[in-house]
Amino acid sequence: MHALVQGVILGVLTGGVYALMASGQTLIFGIMKVVNLAQGAMVILGAYLAYQLFVSFGIDPFLAIPITTLIMFAVGVAVQLLFLRPLRREDRSELSLLVTFAVALLLEGFMSITWNTSYRSINTGYENASWTVFGYQITQVRLWAFLLSLAALGLLFLLLNRTRFGRAVRATVQNPDSARLLGVESDRVAALGFGLGAATAAAAGSVYGLLYPFNSGSHYDLISRLLSIVVLGGLGSVGGAVVAAVIVSTSSAIVASTVSPSWSEMTFFVILMLVLLVRPQGLFGTVGRGAL
Amino acid sequence: MSALLGVDSVTKVFGGVRAVDGCSLEVAEGTVTGLIGPNGSGKTTLFNIVTGYLRADSGQVQFDAHRVTGTDPGRLYRMGLSRTFQQARVFPQLSVLENLVVAAGYGWSQLFSRRVSRGDRAQAEQLLEEFRLAPVADLLAAELSYGQRKLLEFAAVLMSSPRLVLLDEPTAGVNPVMIETMERHIRSRHAAGITFLVVEHDMTFVMRLCDPVIVLDAGKQIFSGQPAEVQANPQVLDAYLGA
Amino acid sequence: MTRWGLGRGGGFFLVLVALPLFGLQHWVVNLLVFVLMYATMSSAWNLVGGFAGYPSLGHAAFFGIGAYTMALMFHGDVLGSGYEPFIMLPVIALVAAAIGVPIALVSMRTRADVFAIVTITFLFMVQTLAFNLRSLTGGSQGISLPIPPFDAATFERPFYYVLVLLLAVAMLLTFGALHSKVGLALVAVRADEDKARGVGVRVTGVKVLAFSVSVGLTAMVGAVWSYYESFIYPQFAVDPLITIAVVLMTFLGGRATLWGPVLGAFILEAGQQTLAYRLGGSQFYLIAYALVFLVIMLVLPRGILPTLEDRLRMRRRAREVDGAQTPAVELLASDEDKVALPHGGRP
Repeated sequence: MHALVQGVILGVLTGGVYALMASGQTLIFGIMKVVNLAQGAMVILGAYLAYQLFVSFGIDPFLAIPITTLIMFAVGVAVQLLFLRPLRREDRSELSLLVTFAVALLLEGFMSITWNTSYRSINTGYENASWTVFGYQITQVRLWAFLLSLAALGLLFLLLNRTRFGRAVRATVQNPDSARLLGVESDRVAALGFGLGAATAAAAGSVYGLLYPFNSGSHYDLISRLLSIVVLGGLGSVGGAVVAAVIVSTSSAIVASTVSPSWSEMTFFVILMLVLLVRPQGLFGTVGRGAL
Repeated sequence: MSALLGVDSVTKVFGGVRAVDGCSLEVAEGTVTGLIGPNGSGKTTLFNIVTGYLRADSGQVQFDAHRVTGTDPGRLYRMGLSRTFQQARVFPQLSVLENLVVAAGYGWSQLFSRRVSRGDRAQAEQLLEEFRLAPVADLLAAELSYGQRKLLEFAAVLMSSPRLVLLDEPTAGVNPVMIETMERHIRSRHAAGITFLVVEHDMTFVMRLCDPVIVLDAGKQIFSGQPAEVQANPQVLDAYLGA
Repeated sequence: MTRWGLGRGGGFFLVLVALPLFGLQHWVVNLLVFVLMYATMSSAWNLVGGFAGYPSLGHAAFFGIGAYTMALMFHGDVLGSGYEPFIMLPVIALVAAAIGVPIALVSMRTRADVFAIVTITFLFMVQTLAFNLRSLTGGSQGISLPIPPFDAATFERPFYYVLVLLLAVAMLLTFGALHSKVGLALVAVRADEDKARGVGVRVTGVKVLAFSVSVGLTAMVGAVWSYYESFIYPQFAVDPLITIAVVLMTFLGGRATLWGPVLGAFILEAGQQTLAYRLGGSQFYLIAYALVFLVIMLVLPRGILPTLEDRLRMRRRAREVDGAQTPAVELLASDEDKVALPHGGRP
């Protein structure tokens, strides 16, 4: 029982971080119908940036977030303009999968040259501090990471619901064609949207770097989790991704703490298959099948 | 009464909007039944439910005295119920001939036969002749004009010798000559024993061709009868002109 | 055209069969072995990714499943002739297909991008399992297979010829798909799946069929590879780069064609080996590879063969128009042309 509750606590806290990563990815899908396979690599790049700022200038990873998000925003915009915009509209969704996969490899190659492939971790000195509440251990840094993710998600919600850009994004998500007719510049929305997705990856990367050691290949671990979360939540639904992230990481933490960590990786996939079996459109997806 | 198709209190809700709202109607064998109604009255949604593309929230669909609610479109097609789409959906990468052959029956053994078997080819060529598409038989469907694609789609669903064909706006977006062509084909096929259910916005086309005519409004049938009576019916006028 | 196609195929395989007899150096035969592996896997991927239009990103998982199944079957055995593992290849194909069918059934119900996501997730899950199930796979320590007892001078030959055979099977299946109604059904699925469903195409059946045949072939290649290597590690047996290479080769040569994937494999695998040799398998290699990939996607998204085919078609068409024939076509095409878009207003 103790292990179970501890698993739940860990799962919920970790889930917040995954929610942040996945929100960017699902946003990108919602706007452009592009499944960004480079989202994991962008998170790791964000982690490296935070690492470098910490090592070189002693900037705390939490405080580095405004800087790293700006850099990654630019990276995201560049990826969209250079690699995705030139794709023809008809086969964009299929080709974009492969193109973003290639971008992930490109980033991985860049990171392994810049920082070589040995594992890095950000040693702030507070990463091991923890509180004990009713016998359950809560690592402080995990709690801060969770709160920060919530704050970043809140900011994202405000951005989407309270700004002109957000309105354009939501219009594009719902109906790209009418949005264009209403004067939404889809290219600009796509570029900004991709930038925004990359920026959330950067914020999540700072946090990820604090929580786990990482190297250039770590994005492979991330991408399958992120993808399961995004599909589970219903492609394109930010709220769905948040809920799915918490569900998935909690159940994976429970399996890890009660059964065995070896099998916890499978939980993602099993949940994904089960949900697709019952609801092919994901938990909160509204998109039915095909274009009727 | 020999109703080939029966729709019984079918309801479909999309996020709070009752697109089809307890709709019941019948299509008698041997008719060309028209289905009209103002925009948003649920015609296409009903089509999609009847042909298995959408699942109704409640209600039943009967075809040829079988309950077919929620049956897969492919199975319905093999049972003799086929449809065309509003936007003339053909397979652009296949040749015109192949577009017919692909619609020609799918026993598992047939799957592993020649791409275009002799029997399929003969049947397809006959249809192409009838629809005057024979000269373009070897072009890719992508190379056809919009009107030709509409004809091709219509011809293709005849490959399975259907009993009931649902046409979704057969004349939308095509020129007057093509409208006449389309009408001629429907008539000749009707004479050969096929029942039609036609959704159409072009009223004169419906009045010329269809009997009876069913009028939908707000997801329900509000009228069913001869075309001459439609224009005189106050409820129908209300639906089209009123709020 | 068919006779010419038959000649081309026969000639190609004659050359393949004869090649090792010319006393090629080991590194050349080794290179050819890898080219054949990728040509077979690309042809296999093409069945589902090219014809059916469902881009699987998980084929590397089935390569790994084949490799590990082979390893588990023969781990610790002492071989007689050395051909025993090859005889088990069909069994391995069946194992992979049995794993593939439920995945296909669930993930192909929705749409191509969900399918891609499920398959790539599957890939990473299999990779993690290969690392984690130490008692079975040996984890990151790897697992050994018996050393093939073949003569050192012609060590690669048995592998080479088995792979020639597998490539022949893959190409025959592709040929079969192109010339049977299955192929017609698959193209219809790729073009417009909902419409295909509506004209009675056994959509689910042909998709699952294509996927299971495809992963079965891929697993057999993985099995041959593991025997060839004699020792396998998770990061190489279940490597996302395998998926990406296979996809890339198919795209480069041309999807849904018979020769495209083979052509792509011969160009890219040879190039890749050279790159890897020059850049010493370093990280620059990864970048170079990604850049090649991006350039192909952006410059030649349809692949070499379809682009050439289109050129030929256009030229032929132009010649026909010059000849001013088939007035019927002219008449039909001109008398009603895209008058207007279908008016909106769908309920």
